Amino acid sequence: MAGVTKQDVEYIAQLAQLTLDEEAKERLVGELTNILTYVDKLGELDTSDTPPMMHALQMTNVFREDVTEPSLSREEALENAPEHDGEYFLVPRILDTE
Amino acid sequence: MSKELRQLTVHETRDALRDGGVTCQDITASYLERISAVDGKVNAYVDVWQDEAMAQAERIDKRFKAGESLPPLAGAPMALKDLICTAYGETTCCSKILEGYRSPFDGAVSTKLFDAGAVCLGKTNMDEFAMGSSCENSAIKVSRNPWNLDKVPGGSSGGSAAAVAADMCAYALGSDTGGSIREPAAFCGCVGLKPTYGRVSRYGLVAFASSLDQIGPMTKDVEDAALVMNVIAGQDPRDSTSAQVPVPDYTKALKKDLSGVTVGLPKEYFEESLNAEMRAKIQGAIETLKEAGAKTVEVSLPHTDYAVATYYVISTAEASANLARFDGVRYGRRAAGVRDTQELYVHSKSQGFGPEVQRRVLLGTYVLSSGYYDAYYLKAQKARQLIQSDFVEAFKQCDAIVAPATPTAAFSIGDKMADPLEMYLTDIYTISSNLAGIPAISVPCGLTDSKLPAGLEIMCPHFAEETVLRIAYAYEQTADTGMGRPPLN
Repeated sequence: MAGVTKQDVEYIAQLAQLTLDEEAKERLVGELTNILTYVDKLGELDTSDTPPMMHALQMTNVFREDVTEPSLSREEALENAPEHDGEYFLVPRILDTE
Repeated sequence: MSKELRQLTVHETRDALRDGGVTCQDITASYLERISAVDGKVNAYVDVWQDEAMAQAERIDKRFKAGESLPPLAGAPMALKDLICTAYGETTCCSKILEGYRSPFDGAVSTKLFDAGAVCLGKTNMDEFAMGSSCENSAIKVSRNPWNLDKVPGGSSGGSAAAVAADMCAYALGSDTGGSIREPAAFCGCVGLKPTYGRVSRYGLVAFASSLDQIGPMTKDVEDAALVMNVIAGQDPRDSTSAQVPVPDYTKALKKDLSGVTVGLPKEYFEESLNAEMRAKIQGAIETLKEAGAKTVEVSLPHTDYAVATYYVISTAEASANLARFDGVRYGRRAAGVRDTQELYVHSKSQGFGPEVQRRVLLGTYVLSSGYYDAYYLKAQKARQLIQSDFVEAFKQCDAIVAPATPTAAFSIGDKMADPLEMYLTDIYTISSNLAGIPAISVPCGLTDSKLPAGLEIMCPHFAEETVLRIAYAYEQTADTGMGRPPLN
């Protein structure tokens, strides 16, 4: 079932928000096909009675009291932003209102 | 022949400080000197905290002088893998996308170590976002194995392992998602412990695969690993996956005698992928365990052959979700000259992530995508259940499972970079314990004929770190590996 096409690579790159040049696309067709062909060995396993494992430990939901605790100040939270105005993160305009 | 300060273990450092005559500043200066002498060759560090480490050492000396009672690891200088957040300096995951990133807070383990009197010498090199087995995927530099500079130190915690092995720190922390503590520890000849999933808080650890990641110590001996675990283990309300299980004094578990202990030898770990030299080393180590009083029994982990495939579905799926946060808005690299937000996301990610990270994000996106989810992701979660059940069954017959940590000793730089799958297969002996969530250690068991370290892996049931450490300690104390130190000048 493995056998990744160039169209597949373009589609998942779009989902993953990555842009690839032609050379990278060609390379990834081969690499991903190779890896997924290896992964296909999982098909040999009979898992019809096996539940999927979500977590390594049997843990139930972890709750805490809904109380406000100290957290980062606005200044600290904005410190690493590539662009901000002291109050908000800035991004290019989304809606064309002109 | 007395050791140099920089060669001391954590517990020897403690004794040297207690007996007086030596200060934390002397010890820290000795490490900084060593780093400037040899790290130009090894490339273990991506950032050395020259002045900050000395300032921390001065504060520790004051705390000692004031008579403050500090844990045994106080005053021993350490290093942190560059994906553990520190409020001082940068935390980059050795990725271009986090170039210049300064964490506004210390991670949980950083805080615990600093409170316990640790001095941090700096941040160590790693494969970008911990994705790799050789440190060659670092966007910053390629680290080298102190035993042979043409060989890789392993990965992804290769910088931490190389720093410990080359006496550039007393101990280091790494993180382990599929073997990233144990494989480099084995390649560099140091002790590396991956604790039980949930044993150590991951608050302030940059996430790779959240159902697998765990932080652990990389040390010069087993006693040191116990001392570090005493400080870093424990539940943390800021990490809801950290477990509510009491933390024992791990040093109490260290005994030279293994009578009453049964170790299981999984036959699947001794098949053809194990090279002859490594096989001989591990068989020798098993004889040593018997000498120390352990009984052995053959066990079977029948789904071992499926572990790497299972891992590369689950870990890449989780990575594709975790790394989606790096979008050039709140932190990290932002691409220049973009016209809209879509371009901002796409170009920031494409310019910021290296080839291996992109490959894994794409693979993870693929296995989660519509039409493939059941065939890959759900199937892998079921296979993971089978792998964990193998261990549950095996542990009915034994207290621990011992195996080689790696199929070969350290490979040459550049050897496996052309074939990602070949690189993934170097982790065949370490990946299963991450999938099962169990603790596992790699402890040095001598040098191969080509003078490269070999690692013995010991795995135990959930939260049985005491048994892991006990067996590793007994092995270390009984064996005469005659390894010495790496031939670095």
